[in-house]
Amino acid sequence: MGCTGESEQMITAKGLTKVYGDFTAVAGIDFSVARGESFGLLGPNGAGKSTTMRMITATLQRSGGDLTILGKDPDQAGPEIRAHLGVVPQADNLDTELKVHENLYIYGRYFGLSKKYLSGKMEELLAFAQLEDKRNAKVDQLSGGMKRRLTIARALVNEPEVLLLDEPTTGLDPQARHVLWDRLFRLKEQGVTLVITTHYMDEAEQLCDRLIVMDQGKIMAEGSPASLIAEHSSPEVVEVRFGSDRNAEVAEMIGHIGDRMDVLPDRILIYAQDGEAVLSEIIGLGYHPVTSLVRRSSLEDVFLRLTGRTLVD
Amino acid sequence: MSAELWRGASSLVDTKRIARFGATYAAEYRIRNMLKWWQAIVAFGVGNPLLYLTSIGIGVGTLIDKHTHGAGPDGVKYLTFLAPALVATAALEGTMEEVTFPVVHGFDWRKVFFAMHAAGLTGKQIAQGVILSAISRAIFTVSVYWAILWIFGAFGSIHAIWLIPVELYFGACFASLMMAASSYMKDDDGWFAIIGRFVIAPMFLFSGTFYSLATLPLSVRWIGWISPLWHATEVGRHIAYGHTLSFQMIFVHFGYMTLIGVAGLLIAFRKFALRLAA
Repeated sequence: MGCTGESEQMITAKGLTKVYGDFTAVAGIDFSVARGESFGLLGPNGAGKSTTMRMITATLQRSGGDLTILGKDPDQAGPEIRAHLGVVPQADNLDTELKVHENLYIYGRYFGLSKKYLSGKMEELLAFAQLEDKRNAKVDQLSGGMKRRLTIARALVNEPEVLLLDEPTTGLDPQARHVLWDRLFRLKEQGVTLVITTHYMDEAEQLCDRLIVMDQGKIMAEGSPASLIAEHSSPEVVEVRFGSDRNAEVAEMIGHIGDRMDVLPDRILIYAQDGEAVLSEIIGLGYHPVTSLVRRSSLEDVFLRLTGRTLVD
Repeated sequence: MSAELWRGASSLVDTKRIARFGATYAAEYRIRNMLKWWQAIVAFGVGNPLLYLTSIGIGVGTLIDKHTHGAGPDGVKYLTFLAPALVATAALEGTMEEVTFPVVHGFDWRKVFFAMHAAGLTGKQIAQGVILSAISRAIFTVSVYWAILWIFGAFGSIHAIWLIPVELYFGACFASLMMAASSYMKDDDGWFAIIGRFVIAPMFLFSGTFYSLATLPLSVRWIGWISPLWHATEVGRHIAYGHTLSFQMIFVHFGYMTLIGVAGLLIAFRKFALRLAA
């Protein structure tokens, strides 16, 4: 990989802002991404993740603040920066008239890579994307998961310094998501610097060493998934359902149990050190939930705590 | 992938090379995409001149030549009169096809221009690549057209070979303008059909393609004056059989086409960059 040290900053943003007319999409955020790190931007749709992503892929000009990517200002050196990045956009922009291997080849040519280099690299990337037997297929014949893997493989053709993925698994079925996570995890193991936007908490927990939680263009929290959970939530969560017409009423009666409580329209969440003990206490008080679940605290709970809303509305 | 073999973009990618040759990389993509339709391009390139030659060039030409004893419009055989206009039409239509739908394809339908842009190509380079690929196709189309006309005896002298580079230049100028117009389209929305019916078809009919523009009344002759095809045809006839043109008019024809070409490129460069960064 040619790593030169974990502390080398690949991306640094200070007061990064994007304004469209009178709408502020990104409101002065600060963050940095170190070499070899897997960094996530977590937030619901409209949080400003994709706008931030487009600014750090040097394809969208910022309205304010400082931004340095690979040591350069994208306003001054956009094409040079982009040539050293790998970008996986939210919507696949593969050429459907070209075959699978041609999509890899022609993308490599945009970087001026030689035909000799690309002939070897294509085989490597087809194997990585598990698409060897689809090399001569047209893109339209691929499943959604295969297209996504091809887009990721394509973004690796120039061996990028940073791979940026915007909602890499949105719209995929669970199996396809897991295959994709496996591929991304391999890249992470190799030390490839990853930047991922997602509104899936499980994706962020699986892939990110560190992340920022965004909402309405602002950073609500920053840290590793574990530290964010430790800081903003309790170790365990009890989810109980008493029926949508009874949840609020029961919540008042059991409000003293656990560390904290959130009452959602369909369920009550009770944050606790010991979930099983809390559930026993509720039942002991004579309240028998229609369904109950004791689980580990997640980034979803962190987001709910920070914003009062769920990630997927 | 093997970690040991990972060299990294900083040692693999030469950004100065991209800055220098980026337009050719964009053109390479367009040509590869175009070759997926090579049968249609060849059929159109060969079939179109054959159809025009047999129907109008020979059919209508025989009728006209019979009544004018071989001294038709401009005092030459009708086929000789028509041939430069057909070459000009092939150049303008051939290049236009590669800058209209492909631009909407690149920005909207498949968004492939955004992939190119993410890889480090600039909007200007992508636009240059589109024009280069359009000229590449027109080289084939115009050369085939010219060769078939030559076989049919439409040109009296080999000097008519100069039609090919000159009409390609005019084709590139016209294509630049059409590329600029296409770069403003958010989707087809029937605009290409409207342009085809209300811009291209009148241009073809009122540019002195089939008869001398001077025979038209002044009330519609102006359509020819603003039509790029008329300018391309006038110069083409001058090259092919010595159609009388003053130095000033040659300057006007080249100047007009160069003007629309430069304006088209400047507008397209700006709009491509804006759309890619929007």
